[in-house]
Formats: sequence, C-alpha cells, structure tokens
Amino acid sequence: MSVDQTTVKRVAKLARIALSDEDAARMEGELNAILGFVEQLSEVDVSGVEPMTSVMPMEMKKRHDVVSDGGKADDIVANAPETTDNYFLVPKVVE
Amino acid sequence: MTDLTSLTIAQARAELDKGSFTSVELTKAYLDAIEAANPAINAYVKVTPEKALEMADVADTRIASGAAGPLEGIPLGIKDLFATEGVHTQACSHILDGFEPRYESTVTANLWRDGAVMLGKLNMDEFAMGSSNETSYYGAVRNPWRAKGSNMDLVPGGSSGGSAAAVSANLCAAATATDTGGSIRQPAGLTGTVGIKPTYGRCSRWGTVAFASSLDQAGPIARDVRDAAIMLRSMASVDEKDTTSVDIAVPDYEAAIGQSVKGLKIGIPKEYRVDGMAEEIDEVWSKGIEWLRDAGAEIVDIELPHTKYALPAYYIVAPAEASSNLARYDGVRYGLRVPGKDIVDMYEKTRAAGFGREVQRRIMIGTYVLSAGYYDAYYLRAQKVRTLIKRDFELAFENGVDAILTPATPSAAFGIGDQDMASDPVKMYMQDIFTVTVNMAGLPGISVPAGLDHKGLPLGLQLIGKPFDEETLFRAGYVIEQAAGSFKPNRWW
Repeated sequence: MSVDQTTVKRVAKLARIALSDEDAARMEGELNAILGFVEQLSEVDVSGVEPMTSVMPMEMKKRHDVVSDGGKADDIVANAPETTDNYFLVPKVVE
Repeated sequence: MTDLTSLTIAQARAELDKGSFTSVELTKAYLDAIEAANPAINAYVKVTPEKALEMADVADTRIASGAAGPLEGIPLGIKDLFATEGVHTQACSHILDGFEPRYESTVTANLWRDGAVMLGKLNMDEFAMGSSNETSYYGAVRNPWRAKGSNMDLVPGGSSGGSAAAVSANLCAAATATDTGGSIRQPAGLTGTVGIKPTYGRCSRWGTVAFASSLDQAGPIARDVRDAAIMLRSMASVDEKDTTSVDIAVPDYEAAIGQSVKGLKIGIPKEYRVDGMAEEIDEVWSKGIEWLRDAGAEIVDIELPHTKYALPAYYIVAPAEASSNLARYDGVRYGLRVPGKDIVDMYEKTRAAGFGREVQRRIMIGTYVLSAGYYDAYYLRAQKVRTLIKRDFELAFENGVDAILTPATPSAAFGIGDQDMASDPVKMYMQDIFTVTVNMAGLPGISVPAGLDHKGLPLGLQLIGKPFDEETLFRAGYVIEQAAGSFKPNRWW
C-alpha cells in the first residue's frame, strides 16, 4: 500500500500538523519508503495468532477507588502558555 | 591526585567511604570537566551546578554520619526524557520549550533516595526517536571516539546519545537512559560503554516522557558492567504509579558479577548474521563466543525465525503508540504555543513548529496505520507478528538456553550528517536491527564493549536474557568484559 498527496494531507489533518504543499510532497516520499519497508509483514502467516496485548503476562493492577491525589491546580497550570485563575486559556471554540 | 572523573562508581564509592575526597570535590571535578568539554561534545543540554553542589554537600554529611546510600555522593547525568522537578525536561524537543515539571520521575527519585548527585540533563534524539542523536532540537552530540588519523565528527548513536557520550568522555560517573528499540544498547555499542535495557516492567515508566508505552524501558549507561549493575539496582523498583511495573523484588545485581558461567547455555541465533554486516562485527561475535566457551559456557546454535520481521513490526507499533502519546502536545497545557486564527489552527501550527521532521514522520505513520480501514492490515497484523517474535525467544528458553549472544549494532559509529542515512529514513532504522527484537519481546538485553574495528572504533556485543533474569546478563557480560578489556577514547576535545 502507498499514500498519495491527498492521503498525506488527510492524515496530517487527523494528526493536527500543518503541512505545506512542499512538506506534503516530501512526506509522501518518506512515508512510502517506510510503508514499502513494512510491507514485508504481509508474507508472515499470522492465522490463529493472538495479537499481543501485554508483553509481560500479568493481571491488570487496580487501585482502590478512593481520592489519593489532588489540590494541585497551581502545579497543573504552572507550565501552561496562557492561563487565568487556574484555567487554561485557548482561542474561542464556540461562537 | 588522580583525575577524579576517571573513577568508576565502585572505585569512587570506596574512596568516598574512606574519606580520600568528598562528594563536593568529586562533583566539582565533573562540573569542571563538563565546562571544558561540553562545547565540543554537546552531551549536556542543561547543567545544574548549584543543585549538584547542594546535593553533594548533603551526601557528604550522610557519608560522615555513616548513613550513606548505595550511590551516595556519585555524580550522574540524566537523560532529558526523565521528569526532574523544577529542572529542564523537554525530551530535547522544541514543543516542550520551557517545561519544568512540578514532579520527579520514579527512576530519578530512586537515584536521589540512594544518594546520587545530579549534574544536569543529557542530550538525546527528540522524543527518543532516532539512532544518531541528530534529531535533537539542541543539535547533534559528538562521539568522543574518532577514527584513527581522522578528525571527522562521528555520531554517538541514539537516542541516548548524550548519555553514552557523557559516560564515554568521563562527564558523569554514569547516566540514565531509555530504550524503546535499542536506544540504550546501540549508543553504548558505539561509544565503548555498557548499557542495559532491563525487562519491560522492571523500571517504572512514571515521569518518563512517553514514546511507545509498550516498549519503553529505562536503564543505565555506565563505564563497566559492575557500575551498570549498581545503577540498575537503584533505578529499578515496583511502583504503584505504573501499572505495568512488575511485583518482583529488585535483586542485588552486583552480587552476580564474578559468578562463573560454567554450564550456562548460550544461544547463537543464525538469523543475526545479516546481509551487508561488516566482517569485523562477525569477528567480534566469534571472539565473544570463544570467550564464553573458554569460561565454561556451552554454546548452542538456535533459531529465531521471525527476527527479520521485528524491525518492520516495530515501525508500525512504535509510531502508532507515539501518535497517541504525542497527541497531548497541543499548545494548551505546557510548552510551545503558536497562535492561530482558531483553536484547530493553533494546534496545527504549534505541532508543525514544535515537532522536528523525524517526529512528524512517525506521528504521521502512526496516525495512518491506526486510521479507519488500515488498522487490521497494519497494527493488528504487527501485534500478531510481535506474538510470534516473542514465541521464538520462549521456545529457545524452553529448550534450555540461558542467554543469547548477538552483535549489538550492524556497524561502528558513522559520520554526523551521513548522506546515505539522511536520504532514506529506513537506512537509519536498520541501526536497531539487532536490538529491536528484545523490546518487541519485552526481554532484558545488555551491550558490552568487545573490541575495536580497524579504524579504532568500538564495537559491542549484546546478551539477551530471560524475563527478569538480568543477573545472568551481568554474569556473562562481566566474562566478556574481563576478556575484552575496557576501551576509552583519546581525548581531542
């Protein structure tokens, strides 16, 4: 399988990365080189093979359903580019 | 007095205990070395002298009062991927500009608990994506090694290139590193240092910037096998904050050093003899086999038939997980924000400006293979192949093999800005051909220096072990180290 310019731009949209036409052209070649390389997986017989979900067999750990952390609003917004009163500020989303 | 920076952790620890010098003196020696060398090597992206001296002072008090921890007063470098409270943590990416976490990663917290001193943060490929350290926002790291009679700058490998270069050039006693496809073992191989990626689940991933969560593991890069064992014991832990951290007590790895390998069964997989591999890699591999045989190990040929599919499967699984993990960098909660006409425009511009080319490439591949209509053909198939790769190893271990010996890398260090590599991303990916299988199967792997090639550049051997059997790797790795000797670059910087 390979990708064309339209697909590259659609994927960039999904990935939320602005891509100029020039970048898209370059990316098309690079992505196709990688997709060409992974193509060899199609020759492996995977019938009846379970997909890996956990590399070390273990039971999912669960913690008690209690509040164990919190009261850290200042810490959470400390690194944000724009905030006001412990809220993250973003451009207008709803008109 | 001998140069304090030339001492291993084990040696420095003994001298600190005797009072031959203080941790403050040792730390100052490293800070001076960094100041002199870093403009040339570029191993550190942030040096923290005040914090280092403060920590060293506390360590000296603890040593004096007889309360020294296992790493008391030992100066370390920390890969920029580990969250360090109040200190530069950017995974060497532009998108994390100015990020100073309000918390400490579990791995680094364990090291400080045991008395270690932080010198600063080490350079790496952006988000650990790369095998040459050239994708760092902070520029390439120069390998302290140069070919005989040449002044060409070589890469230290990656992604833990800063860690490997700093250890090799004596700019820290040892360093933390991480390994998703070979990022500890490949740079260790290219710089004549020892690097171990422990079993998946041995070190907590909490507070380590995520790349591919089902593959990422922290581990040390150190001067020798003993130091790697000392470091891993402190870094490893069972952690409530990481549900994939495994409930097995951390053993005293150092105790395995010097134990006989008599009767150990060492597997040699023929699939690791790949086309185009340098003859010298093959020679060093043969030497490794001889050394272990001479020490009493039994050498057996084994088959790992799905080996060649590990790298292509990795280039589906790792980018898929990365595209999900890196979705959080959106210009809202931390790091860089590039203004846009609306929120989506802001996201897109921020991510275009903040992520480098290799990172964008991997996010795109990951997004594509997870997108509607392609998931089964790519991601699901790759996860099935992963099961087969793991099964290959399990069969070898079931047949009595205790560890597997392979080369660490397909070549010695190559030039910075290598045109071949730059023109085709897959060429660079091939650097991980011997190491990536181990991540896919979650196993431990150690890279130990084994010799120099005809240009005088270091080559490493890799030992792969059973899950949570790092001790056998330290045991067999030490035998290789004893036979091969140790390797240091000639100082040019």
